[in-house]
Amino acid sequence: MSTTADNYRAPVIARATDASPISETLQRNWEGAGGWRGWLSTVDHKEIGKRYLITAFAFLLIGGLEAAVMRAQLARPNGHLLSPEAYAQLFTMHGVTMIFLYALPVLSGFSNYLWPLLLGSRDMAFPRLNAFSYWVFLFAGLFLYSSFVLGKAPDDGWFNYVPYASREFNPGPNIDVYALGMVLLGVSTTVGSINFIVTLIHTRAPGMSINRVPILIWGTLTASVGNLFAVPAVSLAFLMLWMDRQLGTHFFDVTGGGQPLLWQHLFWMFGHPWVYAIVLPAMGMVSDGLPTFCRRPLVGYTAVALATVTTMVLGFGVWAHHMFATGLPLMSLSYFSASSMVIVIPSAVAVFAWIATIWTGRPVFTTAFLYFSSFVLLFVIGGVSGFMTAAVPVDLQLTHTYFIVAHLHYVLIGINVFPVVGGIYYWFPKFTGRLMNETLGKWGFWTMFIGFNVGFFPMHILGLAGMPRRVYTYPSGLGWGLWNMVATVGSYVFAIGIAMFIINFWISLKRGKASGPNPWGGPSLEWSTSSPPPVYNFAVIPTVASRYPLWEKHMDDVSGESTIHEGLLLDQGRETIGTSLLDAEPKVILRMPGDSYMPLLLSLTLSLLFVGLLLHDWEGWWLVGLAALATVLAGIRWLWPLPSLGETAEMSHD
Amino acid sequence: MTEIAVSSTKLPVGSKGREASGWWGMLALVATEATLFAYLLFSYFYLASHSPPPWPPNGPPELKLAIPGTLVLIAGSVTMWWGERGIKQGRRWQLVIGLIVSLLLGIGFIVLEGIEWAGKPYTLGSSVYSSLYFTITGFHLAHVVVGLLILAVLLLWTAFDYFDENRHSAVSIGVIYWHFVTVVWLAVFFTFYISPRLG
Repeated sequence: MSTTADNYRAPVIARATDASPISETLQRNWEGAGGWRGWLSTVDHKEIGKRYLITAFAFLLIGGLEAAVMRAQLARPNGHLLSPEAYAQLFTMHGVTMIFLYALPVLSGFSNYLWPLLLGSRDMAFPRLNAFSYWVFLFAGLFLYSSFVLGKAPDDGWFNYVPYASREFNPGPNIDVYALGMVLLGVSTTVGSINFIVTLIHTRAPGMSINRVPILIWGTLTASVGNLFAVPAVSLAFLMLWMDRQLGTHFFDVTGGGQPLLWQHLFWMFGHPWVYAIVLPAMGMVSDGLPTFCRRPLVGYTAVALATVTTMVLGFGVWAHHMFATGLPLMSLSYFSASSMVIVIPSAVAVFAWIATIWTGRPVFTTAFLYFSSFVLLFVIGGVSGFMTAAVPVDLQLTHTYFIVAHLHYVLIGINVFPVVGGIYYWFPKFTGRLMNETLGKWGFWTMFIGFNVGFFPMHILGLAGMPRRVYTYPSGLGWGLWNMVATVGSYVFAIGIAMFIINFWISLKRGKASGPNPWGGPSLEWSTSSPPPVYNFAVIPTVASRYPLWEKHMDDVSGESTIHEGLLLDQGRETIGTSLLDAEPKVILRMPGDSYMPLLLSLTLSLLFVGLLLHDWEGWWLVGLAALATVLAGIRWLWPLPSLGETAEMSHD
Repeated sequence: MTEIAVSSTKLPVGSKGREASGWWGMLALVATEATLFAYLLFSYFYLASHSPPPWPPNGPPELKLAIPGTLVLIAGSVTMWWGERGIKQGRRWQLVIGLIVSLLLGIGFIVLEGIEWAGKPYTLGSSVYSSLYFTITGFHLAHVVVGLLILAVLLLWTAFDYFDENRHSAVSIGVIYWHFVTVVWLAVFFTFYISPRLG
């Protein structure tokens, strides 16, 4: 039986850094096996975060290559580099890759790496779930690309409307791969979101009350809560589509009494919140990065945090603005048009906060600052074109034209890619202990910025001139040739900018200047520990007393004294502190699980289950059965209560 | 390193009731699962409102198996609540009985549902209504099966004497899921069996 002594402990408060002797104990507690075993079994959030970043970037490059081939086709009228079938697969995979395999995962990478460091904790709330979420993402990405090599990739656009996606009109494996792959990917997104939510609720440093967390935390938290309520819609829609195709149900099939429009409702009920999920964390990165380079706190912290949440809440009530041309009743068109326009308000609040921060600060023009500040401009352009298409009559004219292509690229590249590249410049020293090259960085920035605008702004004009999206070629004499050539050249310049960034990345990885813990004079907790951080993050858990714990000495009007290198010493195994939801008062000493193969094993069995479902005509059922059994067994093994985690009556000590 | 002090308050160590991360994690899982059912039921009502009457095509489904099924499921939730209350006070026998009775009631629900399925004159692909009926009740049935797996594993762990009045987070977390399976059935039951009778 457990005793009171096992169950309760008064933690020691100590002064220490990762240079103190105690760090050896902590290192021993937290480090993994090393070698390939360690690689396969690690649950360290920093390792997982880096994997997310690199994998997402690989997908960005693949999606970029697909776009480059399409731009080559469209550069001149009557291009015939690609057949219509190949073009359909390319634009579909380009969208799927960028939206699902790059845009959110890359932000998950940042958040996985940074969250525990920003929160003054030693890991995410569920370290094994974190590893699982990465592996499932990776396998789902491979799954979605599995039919690409056979020339049978998904080919109905990323929003995959029925009846084109129905078996009758699309009998190959193309759509089945997409449908099942998206359900699998949804598992990864969902468990990742749960992990972020519980991490915020439960594992902040003492004193980091909810109104002191960095805006990136607000962004990722909002995105995660949004995902919790949005992802089921798309997983369900894809499962129902797969059932229509393979099991003979009639959800979307008119002849059986189904409704094709149900697909669009379910897809966009997910799709629009998702758009915010893939930009809000990036906006959070800018909200945290700009103050560092403007040498002042963010203007309107509370307003920006509330704007973040408001955007997502409103984002659940605007989905039908993707469906203005489908013949919905006028009443609902009016409602969705109005609600879409209302989103301008929280967006503008954030924009003015960023502008005021720059305006009233003393900006240091680093490469990261250039990316963050140009993001504001691109966001405004993308926002204005979005506002335009929120008006029903304008949308009826512009829907399914290149105007929409221009809009969504300004939004996704402007609000996601620019902050992401800026974020790499900003946090690269923390990830690696080295600085990226600023000269090459600035050249790369201007190449990207100019290339992007030259490449994508003309698409507005093409859209207004009536060029439909997703056409594999177009005849001459329509006046589209010139702007298409400009767009192709611009987008290639943009690609060169990306290449310069990658070259800078590789060179700096090996030869960058040593950065020290805080090269930019940043205000938040991640800058208080070594670069790269030790495996246990913090030798003692800091105590936080303000929003900018590292700036308290430099600012007159900040009250509060955070103690960074003095705090709870939790050294009896893998331990971190669990705190209360609003005020972050210490509530419990959390025992964290060690490295484990279970996340990898479970994601493999789950992926095999989906492979089994994909195999046609029930040949896969034996595989489905075996994989389901293995998944259950691996899940039970994973959840088995351990004395070392304080999950059983008999508690053990390391 | 310098030790400065020992904290004045003693804190619980490891998984303790609602201080366990898993407790919050299960709530989040239930939230997303509940949303999944909300979208399923949205699909039902959407397709119902776009179908020519009568809806359901063969009239409202009969209640003679569904009402006992509902009661059995609710009873299973009550017995599980009672069992969990036992371990909170250190009465392991009460948890064991609660788990066993809830398991049997859950199996009872599956049997009743199975009889109802077998008696239907239509199959999954017969009409949009039959697609909805088997898919949504099938989704729920799958959740009952997962819930039963959880109860069975908890029973095994209780037999291994893993839990006492101090340590039983796994039980509290698993029980949330079991209650969720009951609550979501009430929504499914209302949608399929009650709502067609209201018009």
